[in-house]
Amino acid sequence: MTVVFWKELADHFSSRRFMILLALIVLSGLWATYATGQAIRQNTDTVPSQYVFLLLLTSSGETLFSLATFLGFFGPLVGITLGFDSISGEYARGTLSRVLSQPIYRDSLINGKFFAGLTTVAVLWGSILLLVIGLGITLLGFPPNAEELWRMLIFTVVGVFYVGFWLALAMLFSLLFQKTVTAALASLSVWLFLSLFVSVVSGAIAGMVVPDATTPEAIARRSDVENIVGRISPSTLFNESVGILLNPAARVFGMALQSQAEGILPTPLALGQSLNLIWPHITTIFGLVAVCFGISYIIFMRAEIRA
Amino acid sequence: MSAVVETKDLSKRYREKLAVNSLSLTVQEGEVFGFLGPNGAGKTTTILMLLGLTEPTSGEVAVCGFNPSRQSLDVKRRVGYLPENPGFYDDLSARENLLYMARLNRIPEEEARRRTAEVLDQVGLSDDGRRLVKEFSRGMKQRLGIAEVLVKKPTAIILDEPTLGIDPDGAIRILELIKNLNREHGLTVMLSSHQLQQVQQICSRVGIIVRGKLIVQGKMDDLGKAILKERQWNFLLEATGNTDGFERELQSISGVDEAEKRAHGWFLRCTHDVRTEVVELVARRNLKLLQLRSEDPTLEEIYLKYFREA
Repeated sequence: MTVVFWKELADHFSSRRFMILLALIVLSGLWATYATGQAIRQNTDTVPSQYVFLLLLTSSGETLFSLATFLGFFGPLVGITLGFDSISGEYARGTLSRVLSQPIYRDSLINGKFFAGLTTVAVLWGSILLLVIGLGITLLGFPPNAEELWRMLIFTVVGVFYVGFWLALAMLFSLLFQKTVTAALASLSVWLFLSLFVSVVSGAIAGMVVPDATTPEAIARRSDVENIVGRISPSTLFNESVGILLNPAARVFGMALQSQAEGILPTPLALGQSLNLIWPHITTIFGLVAVCFGISYIIFMRAEIRA
Repeated sequence: MSAVVETKDLSKRYREKLAVNSLSLTVQEGEVFGFLGPNGAGKTTTILMLLGLTEPTSGEVAVCGFNPSRQSLDVKRRVGYLPENPGFYDDLSARENLLYMARLNRIPEEEARRRTAEVLDQVGLSDDGRRLVKEFSRGMKQRLGIAEVLVKKPTAIILDEPTLGIDPDGAIRILELIKNLNREHGLTVMLSSHQLQQVQQICSRVGIIVRGKLIVQGKMDDLGKAILKERQWNFLLEATGNTDGFERELQSISGVDEAEKRAHGWFLRCTHDVRTEVVELVARRNLKLLQLRSEDPTLEEIYLKYFREA
């Protein structure tokens, strides 16, 4: 497996595709951070004194996206790009049967490819965060504290697995459709649906379940239903967990009624408490990765390899 | 001598279609076995089952004494496989492609480099080792494929249509290469093809498969003899000079059933070899002999006959 892993890793890092992605993400990431950093510098009085580094990731300043939103949106694209031709590409080149007629177990190939993809994502994500931290120190003039670093680290892990889900999905499609283009299109359409249209769908369903939303309770219920339906999409899961993880002050997902919010102290949550809130989200993301990869694994192990 | 490949009542069914129908064949150690049949006869499917790349519906397979479905690693360690139209990683050089395969075979790095150079030399690509594979011609790719099969030092190699789509000269070079490997390194070779005339010269034994069924297997000569059981001795004779009444004289030779005038010369249907008598007759009549040739069906024709009859 290590042989396949290193070969795939080398392929990823030297591919033109990866260069383009890297340039795109690094440039826009730097730009977003810089803009946010400038905004924070200019409005020092409105900025909370704690967790300024996390603000660098989550506030959008004068730009369109915050860095976290940006990564949540483009992360899947990275996963799909790395995965959509992993198996179908080997089919198309006619290399699959040659590789599999070597004395390796079949799963070494698919495992090697998956972990190489995951490693690539981790390197990408990690380097962006490091860049942001570096730029942040220059802009703000002080380093992040331990709590912020921990939160960023967990953010990275969650993010890598979130992208890993899309990688696994793209690999599954590349296995199901032996044509590279079909696999790419299928993954992209699932991505578009799950990240853009799911909010429309969940809104519609919530509207049907709670048709008459006039009282505050009904409005809150409708919003709850909307949230729950929305969580079928890993994008929602990711965005919600990032919202909690990178914003220690956040303590609920949707709306809270006045009565529920009563008595809450406006202090930041400890890391453990924030994590408690998003455990289900994180486990679901991990589970989705495992399920997607598991299906590909089973199909691949039983597939007939005809070049 | 032991059997490298042995199948017994091997079958593969794809939904309604029986791709391979209770096939029993044996490839002995040290021989070049030609696996012949038209396109879609089930050659590739059989090969895939030999390598454990697809599972048989029923029947038994043993390759080097191992079951390819259950002990696929043991089989793959010993057997090299070159698929039809082998593909390579285009952005890597020929050497890098070979090195990757060597690493997959867990050959130590230094040994791998040495062997890579060695096999590239064997297939005559030592000058092109550093070039990217995408610059290679089809014939070169095919030879690179053979080099790659050799990297793991196999005891047997299975080649699927090794001469497909290659110009006659290139095909001959590849066949010579295969023959050398067999002779000098004692490699057992199984090669599939639909072009009998190309491979017959290097095969010690052949099996003919049509629509999933193995029709016949055996030594090239035996095969010819078996097929020519009801052999007729047919000759074409062409001679010039005064040929008045020559036809009658031909017919009077004992053994000649019929002498038929053709546009050029005569067509003789005989019960045994009458060439000596015919030449003597031509000499006696003072005719100039232009040609006398056997009009027996060639192997190619036999092969075609099989394809059609099956």
